[in-house]
Amino acid sequence: MRTSSHLVYLIALPLFSSAILLLLGRMADKWGHIFATLISASAFGVGVFEFMAMHSHTGANRAATQKLFEWISVGNLKVDASLLLDQLSICFVLLITGVGTLIHIYSIAYMDHDKDRRRFFAYLNFFIAAMLLLVLGNSYLNLYVGWEGVGLASYLLIGFWNHNQTYAVAAKKAFIANRIGDVGLSLAIMICFTQFGAVSFDGVKAGASHASPAALTAIGAMLLLAAAGKSAQFPLQSWLGDAMAGPTPVSALIHAATMVTAGVYLITRSNFIFDASSTARILVVTVGVITLLFGAIVGTAKDDIKKALAASTMSQIGYMILATGLGPVGYAFAIMHLLTHGFFKAGMFLGAGSVMHGMDDEINMRKYGGLAKLMPITAVTFGLGYLAILGVPPFAGFYSKDKIIETAFNQGGGKGIILGGAALLGAGITAFYMTRVVVLTFAGAKRWKDGSHPHESSVLMWGPMVVLAIGSIASGFLLSAGGALVNWLQPVVNASHAEGGKELMKPLVVSVLALGIVALGAGYAIIKYRTVPEVAPEKVSIFTKIARKDLYQDIFNDAVLVKPGTALTAGLVATDHHVIDGAVRLVGWVIGEVSDVLRKLQNGYVRSYALMMFVGVFIGALILWVVTA
Amino acid sequence: MDISNYLYLSIILFTIGALGVLIRRNAIVIFMCIELMLNASNLALVTFSRIHGNLDGQVASFFTMVVAACEVVVGLAIIVTIYRSRRSASVDDASLLKN
Repeated sequence: MRTSSHLVYLIALPLFSSAILLLLGRMADKWGHIFATLISASAFGVGVFEFMAMHSHTGANRAATQKLFEWISVGNLKVDASLLLDQLSICFVLLITGVGTLIHIYSIAYMDHDKDRRRFFAYLNFFIAAMLLLVLGNSYLNLYVGWEGVGLASYLLIGFWNHNQTYAVAAKKAFIANRIGDVGLSLAIMICFTQFGAVSFDGVKAGASHASPAALTAIGAMLLLAAAGKSAQFPLQSWLGDAMAGPTPVSALIHAATMVTAGVYLITRSNFIFDASSTARILVVTVGVITLLFGAIVGTAKDDIKKALAASTMSQIGYMILATGLGPVGYAFAIMHLLTHGFFKAGMFLGAGSVMHGMDDEINMRKYGGLAKLMPITAVTFGLGYLAILGVPPFAGFYSKDKIIETAFNQGGGKGIILGGAALLGAGITAFYMTRVVVLTFAGAKRWKDGSHPHESSVLMWGPMVVLAIGSIASGFLLSAGGALVNWLQPVVNASHAEGGKELMKPLVVSVLALGIVALGAGYAIIKYRTVPEVAPEKVSIFTKIARKDLYQDIFNDAVLVKPGTALTAGLVATDHHVIDGAVRLVGWVIGEVSDVLRKLQNGYVRSYALMMFVGVFIGALILWVVTA
Repeated sequence: MDISNYLYLSIILFTIGALGVLIRRNAIVIFMCIELMLNASNLALVTFSRIHGNLDGQVASFFTMVVAACEVVVGLAIIVTIYRSRRSASVDDASLLKN
């Protein structure tokens, strides 16, 4: 392992820029957005430089560390603030800074009319810094700092237009749901410390090899809870749909490409825990499968273009989580899907933003229609992302998603058939709802009012979309050619120790099956949405109604968590008021009453004081006499 | 004559003084009763001195007399001042600090 002195710049640059923009305030309004974009680009430059440096080394020397300072040194707990750039981190660094820079460029145009554009860019840079700290930390504690940082950035950006009450509520919802996950992460760190006496990845890895299965399962379950919170997985998924309240570039960067995939990073980074505990792996695949179907079903019923894409994000991350639970072979495919998804989903979100930009911020897809002619570049880039997410060869999703489905089938036995079947079904539903989005938005007759004038966005907006669309085409092939990514990640995830999976179905069969189901889903959507009513029809099947209500997730949370929580709080307030305050008030009351009686003794007559004195002396003398006699 | 009779006299005088302090309202009378109590205790001290055959009690009674003299000076001054401002020497009237 070599040391590098440049890693800190990755984090310091955007952090510095964020601080400058926030501290200078209005003075930076004129140039803040350009400064932030250049800083983000320079962070990408540092990332590429580091990638080249990694490439020029081999073996164990590829990974680099940098010790910043000794952070905590208390008794047995010694934690350095150190950065670790290895084969896994660099994937994220390039994705975060690369896609991040593209979205900075896009935002210059998208946020042009917003008077708080500088603040927006300051938050974006802060997010980049926090996310880089998350993926570069060499211990769970360092990771935790970044983990909280991205949570804060997410909160600030979802509620960026916080003058709108519902947006502010959405920001709070996201933050609170994330907090529940954060509790999981902090518990996992505490268990690691008590079990292994270390919180660094190396220390925990060394300890995990001879730890008790119960401890490993507990750590795994807590890490999964953390991942579920950050990555909007079942049962903490409800915040992601509402998080679409934020500006669209935020949805693209934070709630599609990077932050929400932090859970996948966490599980992949902790592969030594999950490899050692099959119970934890079963939990992971269960969560993954439930979420991938859940998100896909919710996606079929959304009329809000951003919420449909958010449901899709949830579902795609479900695929990644599923892959991480499939043992050592799955990690690389999870990361591959994460990277390709970063391209095509960010591209589609930017496309959705471009459509909203042209349609005066209309988000209801039922009021779009026929936009392909008026926004050709948006339509083509969105279409490429669409083909990628469907998994049509040779687009990116074909290489990553089919691999996950195939690996799921190869688990063997009933488990393989259930997981593979669910993943395959999810692919079919994905095809249905994505086709629905595309048909409703770009095809068919126009359903918008004559007042709006849809137009293609400026080059600052379609430029990044084109770059991401190219990524959607090429990234899958590039990452999987000759097992490039799998071999690259090999030192981190130890895929070589994978038990030779029984091949249930040949890759070709899986691909054909997947394509068949995708064609079925897409075809059904095309037939179903030949005509689109402007108002969502009321007379729909019970399933559609349930899907429109997000499968009752909010109602469920309300009934099971929020209402009892509110009742508990009300009970505590009442207890505080009546029991604790009551006790204090009782003491006061008793003293008051006693004083009222005693006060009568203080009548102001010298005679009575004298009498009391005499009585007192008499009693004193009496006691003295009794005691001494 | 039995020496304990002096003590009985002292007790009687002290009791009269104490009752006077408790019952009477005129400040001058109360003041005299206090003097009576002081002198009753002086008598007791002198008697004890006689019983024990030493001078301790007599010395103590001198101290009491000195203190009593000082007290008269201060006390009478206060009573005269109160009488001047209120035209009354009743101690019950001088209960303005209550409430």
